[in-house]
Amino acid sequence: MRHWFNTIWNTRGLARWILVAGLVIVVAFVVLALLAPWVAPYEFNQSKVDGEKLPKLAHPSGDYWLGTNDQFYDIWSRVIWGARTALEVIFLSVAFSIVLGVPLGLVSGFVGGWVDRALVFVMDSLYALPSLLLAIVFSFLLRGPLGGGIVAAALSLTCIYIPQYFRVVRNTTVSTKEAVYVEAARAIGAPPRTIMRKYLFGNVVQSVPVIGTLNAADALSTLAALGFLGFGIQPTEASEWGYDLSRALDDAQAGTWWPALFPGLAIILLITGLTLVGEGLNETLNPALRRRRLIPVQMPAMRADDAIDARNV
Amino acid sequence: MPTKPETPAPTGPVTSTDAVVEAHDLEVHFALQGSALARLLGRRGRTVKAIDGVNVALRRGEVLGLVGESGSGKTTLGRAILGLVPATAGSITYHGRDRGDVVVSELGSRDLRALRTSMQMVFQDPGAALNPGMTIEEAIGHPLVIHRKLKGAELRTRVCDALERVGLSPVERYLGKYPADLSGGQKQRAVIARAIILEPEVLIADEPVSMLDMSVRAKILQLMLDLKDQLDLSYVYITHDLASAKYICDRIAIMYLGRIVEIGPSDEIFANPRHPYTKALLKAIPEPDPDRMLPRDLPRGEIPDAAVPPLGCSFHPRCPVAVQECGWESRDLRTLLEEHWTRNPGATYDAERDMVGDLGKLDKPELSAHLGVTDSQGTLALLNRIRAENPDEPFWRGVAGIEDDGNGVRLEFHQPHDPALRPAGGVEVACVLYPDERENEKT
Repeated sequence: MRHWFNTIWNTRGLARWILVAGLVIVVAFVVLALLAPWVAPYEFNQSKVDGEKLPKLAHPSGDYWLGTNDQFYDIWSRVIWGARTALEVIFLSVAFSIVLGVPLGLVSGFVGGWVDRALVFVMDSLYALPSLLLAIVFSFLLRGPLGGGIVAAALSLTCIYIPQYFRVVRNTTVSTKEAVYVEAARAIGAPPRTIMRKYLFGNVVQSVPVIGTLNAADALSTLAALGFLGFGIQPTEASEWGYDLSRALDDAQAGTWWPALFPGLAIILLITGLTLVGEGLNETLNPALRRRRLIPVQMPAMRADDAIDARNV
Repeated sequence: MPTKPETPAPTGPVTSTDAVVEAHDLEVHFALQGSALARLLGRRGRTVKAIDGVNVALRRGEVLGLVGESGSGKTTLGRAILGLVPATAGSITYHGRDRGDVVVSELGSRDLRALRTSMQMVFQDPGAALNPGMTIEEAIGHPLVIHRKLKGAELRTRVCDALERVGLSPVERYLGKYPADLSGGQKQRAVIARAIILEPEVLIADEPVSMLDMSVRAKILQLMLDLKDQLDLSYVYITHDLASAKYICDRIAIMYLGRIVEIGPSDEIFANPRHPYTKALLKAIPEPDPDRMLPRDLPRGEIPDAAVPPLGCSFHPRCPVAVQECGWESRDLRTLLEEHWTRNPGATYDAERDMVGDLGKLDKPELSAHLGVTDSQGTLALLNRIRAENPDEPFWRGVAGIEDDGNGVRLEFHQPHDPALRPAGGVEVACVLYPDERENEKT
């Protein structure tokens, strides 16, 4: 942990700019999402104020910054509430896949044998299917027990991303368990659980943060795709950019550009931000890509009396 | 055709009450992975006999050296004593001070883990033996945490005590450091501290100084000797470096291809080496004085394939003084031919290659070998030429007869004899050159 923080803090050059740019974008969205109740002028599904409907498809103006859409919703509010939905789903799906994928990979790599074979087989089958198809199937399956809410969407994304964590952690475990310090742990009498927890875990999760951030970007695009196709979060549950985009498609052909533009921009911007963070982390944490820079030493200017002292010595 | 090993003369049950650890007829075999096709067909791969019938006892309070080249099985023997690799056959018995007799080779994993409080290991590469993500304090105290011996302030006191014992003081400077912050010698001291913190009786040291700088080696060895006296330890010291073994060991066992070929007090081994392999190893110790450079007739070739060891004595293909019953066989004939062609210009090979026929036939260990295709006279002449090049080649002592069978030459070898360890003037040696003293007494 200490090492990670230091390497991130001490980054220089391109890697630092990528990281900083990504972080600025992501943090902006996080702040918007957290402050949504105060920043957004309306609820995500509010089409009436004091019993009076908002205008339909109003142009962006002082009253409605980004205009309104065909459902009488204020687009600015929809974008902000959508950020909240997107970040919740991303966070939950990444957290679920790390919590499930990392221990599975650790156990599979360490135990080996038929446990390993079975798990690798299942994970490879998941990995072989197109991810969007898989997400659609799982969101159908989960809609029954969990409804069409955020948790169901997050879980159906989790199923896509578990194999990535599993594979990376399992492969690193297979090579790390041959390390001398693991044998040394065995020699001091550590049971398998302790070996995995204290000797392997910290050394095999190094690349997980990078995969996590890159997956976050991917998760957002999959979520938007699900919403666009109508398999994602139900419109009654939360505001979702992909759904708004699909609603706005017909109007866009008629020249009404604002209902489609702003959710689309939000999707692109957040994906870009998350990808930049992922790439920046990758550049800094991945030793194969990391380039250490020499910092030129600044010698203090020599004062006249110092020079004389030096000559006397 | 495998040679029937000589059964070791019954010495009676090893009643040495002073033994801490005893290996009895220990064998450790590893299965080799066969080809993909063989695995598909379910055929069993070959096995490597890493340890092939070893009897050895570690006496209480002594330093026993296991010395040999890479691949001699010395590390495997050390790991087997700890139970880190399972024994294929035979047994390892630990005579604990307060644990009683424990047969290590029959323990389950839980009992084996409990045994770690009595037997510990020091590793070759101190840089790899410490978890890079643990501080020195965590790493050294972890054995106590695992065995639920101490925690909290007491744990810290013990860790500090262990650090001081191994010379890492002031301890405050080292407690919070990560292995990457320490030098090789400091790391090895930390590894030793971790090994002694459980107060074991036996310490297996697997080449503990071979990865260290010359300047630190002697210090670490001295530290190990001091700890032995302070903590009543017994060491198994595994090394390929006879010079360091001379410094630290009370007794030395010379290992070759999974067997002990000579064992005895280290003074006697150094003053009067008996086995030809021991002699060769001693000659390989570098001499610091350039004027006293001696011709080093180091053993030729490499250590043989342990999956198909040579017949008879495993060392015979490399032995300068091998005699007729040492186990000469068809593979040695192939080596002889290849060495002949290496010595001579390429034209010789072109002229002679067709004369001998299929060399692949010689790869199977047999006591008779057939050479040549049609021109038996030519083949015979070739063999005579090779013999004339080096008449003292020990190979020829093993040839019982050469006969012309019409379409080539057939060589017959003497019946091989696989020598067991036998007492010879203070040491025990496995070589046919030293007849068994016990048998002489009987007659």
